[in-house]
Amino acid sequence: MPDRRDRPARSAALVIIPAYNEQEALPGVVRELRERRPDLDVVVIDDGSRDRTAAVARASGVVVLELPFNLGIGGALRLGFKYAVANGYERAVQFDADGQHDPGEIERLFAALDAGASMVVGSRFASENSDYEVGLTRRRAMGMLRLGVRLLSGYQFTDTSSGFRAFGKDVLEFFANTYPLDYMDSVEALILACRAGFAVVEVPVRMRERSAGVPSQRRLRLAYHYLRLLVVMASSASLRARVQRAT
Amino acid sequence: MSTRAHILLAVVIIGSIVFIISLVRRDRLRAKYSMLWISIGMVLGVIAAVPGVLDRVSAWAGVAYPPTMFFLLAIAFLFLVVLHFSWELSRLESRDRVLAEEVALLRERLARIDLDHPERV
Repeated sequence: MPDRRDRPARSAALVIIPAYNEQEALPGVVRELRERRPDLDVVVIDDGSRDRTAAVARASGVVVLELPFNLGIGGALRLGFKYAVANGYERAVQFDADGQHDPGEIERLFAALDAGASMVVGSRFASENSDYEVGLTRRRAMGMLRLGVRLLSGYQFTDTSSGFRAFGKDVLEFFANTYPLDYMDSVEALILACRAGFAVVEVPVRMRERSAGVPSQRRLRLAYHYLRLLVVMASSASLRARVQRAT
Repeated sequence: MSTRAHILLAVVIIGSIVFIISLVRRDRLRAKYSMLWISIGMVLGVIAAVPGVLDRVSAWAGVAYPPTMFFLLAIAFLFLVVLHFSWELSRLESRDRVLAEEVALLRERLARIDLDHPERV
């Protein structure tokens, strides 16, 4: 990455939208985002989509970074962080391309950054009046993850897999090179940030049902990834090594 | 093992080593990958060529039937080689991810420069 900051950031904050085959939902998501938060810059990371994701994103007037092949959401996010750092953004929000997240809630995440946090997780479950429904299997799985994260990070989070997050500059710099690349990156990233000593907080946010796309994970695949995550979690020594290398 | 078996093994192993070296010479195999293969070949070659070695090694390891000792060693070496490949693969994968990231950033930058200087496109 060249160090030259040839284009000063127009805004101090960046919205990072990783998108993989999201040509249906993306234009609406970007339009709403720009209407309600015109103060924020938006970058769409097209993660090697086979549909017209990059074209529709470009047509809606945002910066598009096109990966030559699919890296997975972790890889796409890492690129977003790199871009944020290279262009001097002070903070960034991770935002879903499928319409799950509400632009009106970004302010809540930023408020927590203002209050001193380095990383903020928007939680579907942290509030009492949460109406977000998840199935039983998924709820159990999420419970397991919560427990694992609590044991490994020492912190209690209610929504470890939320993809609605905000990051301060220090965390952006940290994640530009260390963000986990495999599936369930969000859980791994949470542990990583806690271990690196960043102040990570959770705030309740409203989320919608996803507007397009299917909640994919088949059970076998899910089981495989839980197993993989257990390996990741168990190898805390390697996490620690990554933290030390990066800081 | 019979003398014939020893000779057969020795021929196969020497043939393999010659083949590996010729691959390196023709630039088809990088020297660093050949090192592991050649050292494995040498060890197995010594075992095959010197009749008493295998018996002594298996007696020392408590293996009753010497030929299984040979296979055990061979499998252990192959395991090392495969592990080495996984390691290299992980390294390559992380490098190609970084390249993909750089490509995406450069593409965007290039598109921006093209917009600013339409006469140069």
